Amino acid sequence: MGKTIAQKIFESHLVDKPFGDEVNVLRLDAVFCHEITTPIAINDLVARGKDRVFDPSKIKAVIDHVTPAKDSKTAEQGKILRDWARRNGIKDFFDIGRNGVCHAIFPEKGFVRPGYTVIMGDSHTCTHGAFGAFAAGVGSTDLEVGILKGVCTFKEPSTIKFVLNGTLKEGVYAKDLILFLIKELTVNGATNMVMEFTGPVIDAMTMESRMTLCNMAIEAGGTCGICYPDQVTVDYLWPFIQDDFATKEAALAEYSKWKSDADAEYAEVRTYDVSELEPMVTFGYKPDQVKPVREMQGTPVQQIYIGSCTNGRIEDLRIAAGILKGKKISDNVRGIVSPATPKIFSQALEEGIIKIFQDAGFCVTNPTCGACLGMSNGVLASGEACASTTNRNFNGRMGKGGTVHLMSPASAAAAAITGEITNSPLYKA
Amino acid sequence: MKTFSGKVLFLDRSDINTDEIIPAKYLTEITKEALKPYLLEDLELPGFNPTKDISGKAAVITRANFGCGSSREHAPWALEVNDINVVIAENFARIFRQNMYNCGMMAIELDADIIDGLFKNYAGKDCSLEVNLDTRNITISTDGKQEVISFKIADFDECLVRAGGWVEYADKNY
Ligand code: SF4
Repeated sequence: MGKTIAQKIFESHLVDKPFGDEVNVLRLDAVFCHEITTPIAINDLVARGKDRVFDPSKIKAVIDHVTPAKDSKTAEQGKILRDWARRNGIKDFFDIGRNGVCHAIFPEKGFVRPGYTVIMGDSHTCTHGAFGAFAAGVGSTDLEVGILKGVCTFKEPSTIKFVLNGTLKEGVYAKDLILFLIKELTVNGATNMVMEFTGPVIDAMTMESRMTLCNMAIEAGGTCGICYPDQVTVDYLWPFIQDDFATKEAALAEYSKWKSDADAEYAEVRTYDVSELEPMVTFGYKPDQVKPVREMQGTPVQQIYIGSCTNGRIEDLRIAAGILKGKKISDNVRGIVSPATPKIFSQALEEGIIKIFQDAGFCVTNPTCGACLGMSNGVLASGEACASTTNRNFNGRMGKGGTVHLMSPASAAAAAITGEITNSPLYKA
Repeated sequence: MKTFSGKVLFLDRSDINTDEIIPAKYLTEITKEALKPYLLEDLELPGFNPTKDISGKAAVITRANFGCGSSREHAPWALEVNDINVVIAENFARIFRQNMYNCGMMAIELDADIIDGLFKNYAGKDCSLEVNLDTRNITISTDGKQEVISFKIADFDECLVRAGGWVEYADKNY
């Protein structure tokens, strides 16, 4: 019997099975940290007299959720992370000026490779599966043990395979696809499962789009979204791996060993032709409450948010700017764009994208999670709605009493112009 | 080991997420105790009043997919500092479930029809339960009515509950 990519990664990282097949203790290749969930783990390690890390080169840390600090409490969280990184010799620590949203900046730095095991105290760690890695969000206790011992426990991976055929229409993006798939699965449909994305639609996607797709696996309950490593993966990683391989072909040959076998066993295989898929948007307070934008057309919004680990990458900003170019946002909305990393910010500046946003009337913020989790930089007032490129529309997520409509950057840009939910292809430049 | 007995809070809804259990704006707290007043503050559930309904409760019984969303361990901590160490549901989101056992707390899964029966027979009444880890039984009772329900727990999870969490276990073994 063949193996899935997740099974292969588990097998190659297995440290122990303390209770038969019930639970796998895996060796970790990378432990990622941010300032919201790590400080409590750090304080606990200090209290236990175990202020150590298993390997400073495998731990990466960033201050991203609230940056610059907005009050004394967030300043204290940043300080705990900063001091800890310094005293433990963690070189890859990104503080203000060099920081960006965790699931955007870590891949951008080449920290995720095919076949890796990655944990972080953040549910959207599933994003990194786009590189053919097993990457999963965990709580602070698992994170603490990951930091101290470089291991984490997981149940035997069971996988749902998605075969995505056809081609996405113009104006339809990875975000629309994943919203559609979450609607199909429901918010509980992939709990404890790996979601393996395959087929011509994925083959044609950039790494940015694959990250958008894998990012939202958790919204269907999935442990990890995963794509096979291929030429697109190698091209993206090449600046970081060129010393390890003689040629790109050699890198591809090596990474290809992680692909699932043709006779691998799946919990379920779902095949879709997505050629007729339309732009999608959420209503209500659960990410599986999804409709075509067409059906929500005309729903008023007061704020537009373009950013986050889902859709704050350069590709996303280019798409939104393509629609906003030469136009003004509606007087009835306020627009906020947060490029997800300093590199993306610089690129957007060089390409004239920042100017397009500013001329349209957007506020451009520094790279941060900001409004995504309603802690800073664009909190909603009660009764307000936001057209957002983020990943969660939970009640109160962006501010108590506010509503979030999740959508693609294109749909968010179109909504900015009209002040209401709008089918973006109407606004194609 | 923590205690797993006392009065029950019934939350009659599926998909209660961790933003509802403890909103993000309180994640700036760096002690567990500080989370105490904010448990379930944003829960969307008609008739539920967090300031009145939580006090004195030691267990939660709810429907499916409890704890979905954010990985924040603040969710089990907010329960813990309110002396709620056990949640019983049809099923849980993976990270929340693991966080509970990592903290030495219990997330017990029961079949949907059993949960349904519990809601029918006990919700809205003054009801208590007691979890016995040795016999793997839950005894639930209200005025003049009592029943015993058996539950399953993985050996590893039981080990974490008895050890009081994953940090000590891992440090000893790996
Ligand atoms: S951008 Fe939003 S979803 Fe992503 S890591 Fe930050 S807070 Fe979480």
